[in-house]
Amino acid sequence: MTTEATPTEKYVAVQNSPEFSELRRKLRNFVFPMTVAFFLWYALYVLLSAYARGFMALKIVGNINVALLFGLLQFVSTFLIAWYYSRYAARQLDPLADKIGADLKGGEVTK
Amino acid sequence: MTDFIAAEATSSTSRTLTITLFLVFVAITLAITIWASRQTKTATDFYAGGRQFSGFQNGMAIGGDYMSAASFLGIAGLIALYGYDGFLYSIGFLVAWLVALLLVAEFLRNSGRYTMADVLAFRMRQRPVRTAASVSTIVVSIFYLIAQMVGAGALVSLLLGIKADTTFLGMDAGTAKVATIILVGALMIVYVVVGGMKGTTYVQIVKAFLLMTGALVMTLLVLAHYKFNLSSLLGDAAEQSGKGAAFLEPGLRYGIESDSASATFYSKMDLLSLGIALVLGTAGLPHILTRFYTVPTSRIARKSVLWAIGIIGVFYLFTLALGFGAAAMVGGTAITAQDKAGNTAAPQLAQELGITFLGGDTGGAVLLAIIAAVAFATILAVVAGLTLASSSSVAHDFYASVIKRGQAAERDEVRVARISAFVIGAVAIVLSIFAQSLNVAFLVALAFAVAASANLPAILYSLFWKRFNTSGALWSIYGGLIAAVVLVFFSPVVSGSATAMFPDHDWHWFPLSNPGIISIPIGFLCGFIGTLVSKENDTDKYAELEVRSLTGHGAH
Repeated sequence: MTTEATPTEKYVAVQNSPEFSELRRKLRNFVFPMTVAFFLWYALYVLLSAYARGFMALKIVGNINVALLFGLLQFVSTFLIAWYYSRYAARQLDPLADKIGADLKGGEVTK
Repeated sequence: MTDFIAAEATSSTSRTLTITLFLVFVAITLAITIWASRQTKTATDFYAGGRQFSGFQNGMAIGGDYMSAASFLGIAGLIALYGYDGFLYSIGFLVAWLVALLLVAEFLRNSGRYTMADVLAFRMRQRPVRTAASVSTIVVSIFYLIAQMVGAGALVSLLLGIKADTTFLGMDAGTAKVATIILVGALMIVYVVVGGMKGTTYVQIVKAFLLMTGALVMTLLVLAHYKFNLSSLLGDAAEQSGKGAAFLEPGLRYGIESDSASATFYSKMDLLSLGIALVLGTAGLPHILTRFYTVPTSRIARKSVLWAIGIIGVFYLFTLALGFGAAAMVGGTAITAQDKAGNTAAPQLAQELGITFLGGDTGGAVLLAIIAAVAFATILAVVAGLTLASSSSVAHDFYASVIKRGQAAERDEVRVARISAFVIGAVAIVLSIFAQSLNVAFLVALAFAVAASANLPAILYSLFWKRFNTSGALWSIYGGLIAAVVLVFFSPVVSGSATAMFPDHDWHWFPLSNPGIISIPIGFLCGFIGTLVSKENDTDKYAELEVRSLTGHGAH
């Protein structure tokens, strides 16, 4: 339920514009593969916890075993992916989105 | 190891101090709430806190909403009792934020207004989709609410030092638990009804600060006790647990290998099911989704998720030290003697640390009281967030759009939201009284499974699939929701096991305790099939949704 009246043709035109296609491509090419990657990495961890007990139990240093290290690596990868995405978004996505947004505002599609 | 609550005098010092600190927290947060209520004039103020919070503030508030009793009490308890397997929760709960960051937060902020349904119903027929979204919002929130309030009940008998044969203000332990659940429920209703999103957000920020500080201090004390040698902490935990090296490896709680091949198979499936539900649930939790509306733009929503990931990640590292610390310093026997599900491990550890570092029993009582008050604050803040999300959905989605067909006056809508907060709070109170034997982290995992099955598929399809339509949205929400709830109802959690909600009855036929591995694919599949069976396809509206969600144009 949108309260503002928005000329649909304008949105369709923007959606079909090369700039918007580029924004969508850059976004999807980043977030979809990255989602698959971290999900598989996490799934690997869960599967190893369920089915590779011997491997997970191997001790690395003192009482610190592979299972604990794997768990901590999930923290590290989460922090890194979050940081990498924010950098990518600020450099690659935000300028494009701003430009398209400004063009839209320049037209009469305003609130 | 000392006997828990060694002397009657200690117990009474601790009791007085806990109650005092808790009352101070309640007084401060009520003052904030009343202050916030004076700033709350429009519906945007009530639902979205005026959209004026900064990235850091909202990051803290997200942390406040997310680091629930399940995290602090439940995970620490699971680690203390089952060792490594409790850590699995922390990991799933954290990795889940990447789904929210990459696929949901910014797009939701750009295209929605107050609730999850704003995005789901964007290009669909309003009334059926908003009804469905409202139903699933309430179901998820109630599961989650029960978890929090059970946590509060479990805490109280420990905190007030009520043992089986003693009473407090004429109440025995059972009555005191029920009284606590009712008290917590009543307070959360006040926060929400009076303070709206603005009040609730500040309560979350204060709570997140207290919880992080409390967990940090306890972590440092545990590590100091082991001279900052992680390996010796782990070694001591394994030894005190009586389970040896197995305590530090996966398999004591989930994926248990037994003589029966089928039992082993199901136990491992349960582990996978839990893992999937944890990682996919977060981005479907209504009280988390509504948080993204409290900031002015999607960039700030992104920033707030980044803050949240940092805060939550660090907090879960603390819980690792707390859980293993409790196993090593308090011991599994003392923990299960207090609470079978382990929910009181963290406060018990606080008492032990106080005894060790702050000079004997009094020190123990003081630290116990502080951590207990923090735990209560945690619970109160989370239940307020949940109640707000579900009452917002009732008012904004069901009342304003379905009943009034979008013609409701803003003031009436907010009034309905306040009334719904009462009703939802009351329902949660009653249900919580029946669910007291369950571990709170586990109950939260169920809420995650329902959120991941019913909400996440619809949200992702809405944002990224051009062909998605009303039929698909309804199929995925109801399909995922019904699958998850039915499987839980016929699982060993509800009947047919010693720790079930109804231990004396047995109608279970579903072997897993977490339904995610079945119900989440059902949610996605239903959305897919439901879409294809209907010809409806509003490509113009999708153009608007896609352009707005990616560029932030026309965002509220």
